Amino acid sequence: MSALLVAEDLHKRFGATPALDGASVTVGAGEIVAVMGPSGSGKSTLLHCLAGIVTPDSGTVSYRGQPLSSLSDARRSALRRGEFGFVFQFGQLVPELTCLENVALPLRLDGTKRRDAERRAAEWLDRLEIEDVAKKRPSEVSGGQGQRVAVARALVTGARVVFADEPTGALDSLNGERVMRLFTAAARDSGAAIVLVTHEARVAAYSDREIVVRDGRALDLERAR
Amino acid sequence: MSIGQAFLGLLETRPSHGYDLKRAYDERFGADRPLAYGQVYATLSRLLKHGLVTVDSVESGEGPDRKRYAITDAGVADVERWLAQPEKPEPYLQSVLYMKVVLALSTGRKATEVLDTQRAEHLRMMRELTRRKSTGDLSDQLICDHALFHLEADLRWLELTAARLDDLAAAVAR
Repeated sequence: MSALLVAEDLHKRFGATPALDGASVTVGAGEIVAVMGPSGSGKSTLLHCLAGIVTPDSGTVSYRGQPLSSLSDARRSALRRGEFGFVFQFGQLVPELTCLENVALPLRLDGTKRRDAERRAAEWLDRLEIEDVAKKRPSEVSGGQGQRVAVARALVTGARVVFADEPTGALDSLNGERVMRLFTAAARDSGAAIVLVTHEARVAAYSDREIVVRDGRALDLERAR
Repeated sequence: MSIGQAFLGLLETRPSHGYDLKRAYDERFGADRPLAYGQVYATLSRLLKHGLVTVDSVESGEGPDRKRYAITDAGVADVERWLAQPEKPEPYLQSVLYMKVVLALSTGRKATEVLDTQRAEHLRMMRELTRRKSTGDLSDQLICDHALFHLEADLRWLELTAARLDDLAAAVAR
């Protein structure tokens, strides 16, 4: 499997508190990697560094062999819009837009014509089994449906990697499960990798591999054996 | 496992031959452990002896006679009683994992490694069950979920124990 994202020896402090203390991670193309660890272990910081949202104090993150730090701000933003997708626990949809418009938004921002963008968005809603929410606003759909809209929006651009931070954290077991099943199946179909931060083992079980973040370092327990 | 009660429950829906009972049982409840024919006929003769089932008809043909079994009123009452009775919760107080952690600590080995090795193995099994669930029907999903929730509980215990290792090491050293 070719390496898509490689983080080497990341260090990051917030004030006096070290969040990452020499974390190294490799994510292969199309690979689903769960990032687990106790609260405050640095797993969200690791995700943010991998996604280029947070700049580490030292160490490098490379995407397809290119260090993120070597890219201009404009290029890094373009990468985040086109190649990266994001799914968070909640609060990520634009409340004034319909679900269809929310999914079409990243395409519109990249200059795709409205009709094309909405056609592709509709295909993704269909794929995530929520075609009926197209005209509804985020406040009118359930938590599970909202997360599926967020997944559709993350994948609609043809993202190569989706960063997901507790995507089922606010859902009950049944809905969380449905989101994970559809999310991972859609990512596998389109060959996108997922970096999945979760504290729930049943959610992590949808991954190919687990990384445990402990005291700011990333451990691969299965490879270590 | 309550094979007898399961047979009675299956027979309550319709009378069946031993072979069909085995097939229905394996399909619904057998998971990876199908019943042996010896078990099937031993169970049926026990149920027959206790008057919970009766032989409803016998077909002769090539090979041995094929008996069709039906549930009796006493059998229905037995199913009713069994369903109404809660199962004993099984608290695994004699945990081998706990024993391994304590012994690792008291012999100066790394208990974290014991916990990590187990964690990786648990997660591997959880992945396998999750995959199986994605291709299975609803009953596969329910059975796998039952196993997944139990494994998850173990994992949470592993995490909590990892977080308490220093305290446990101090207690063991005393």
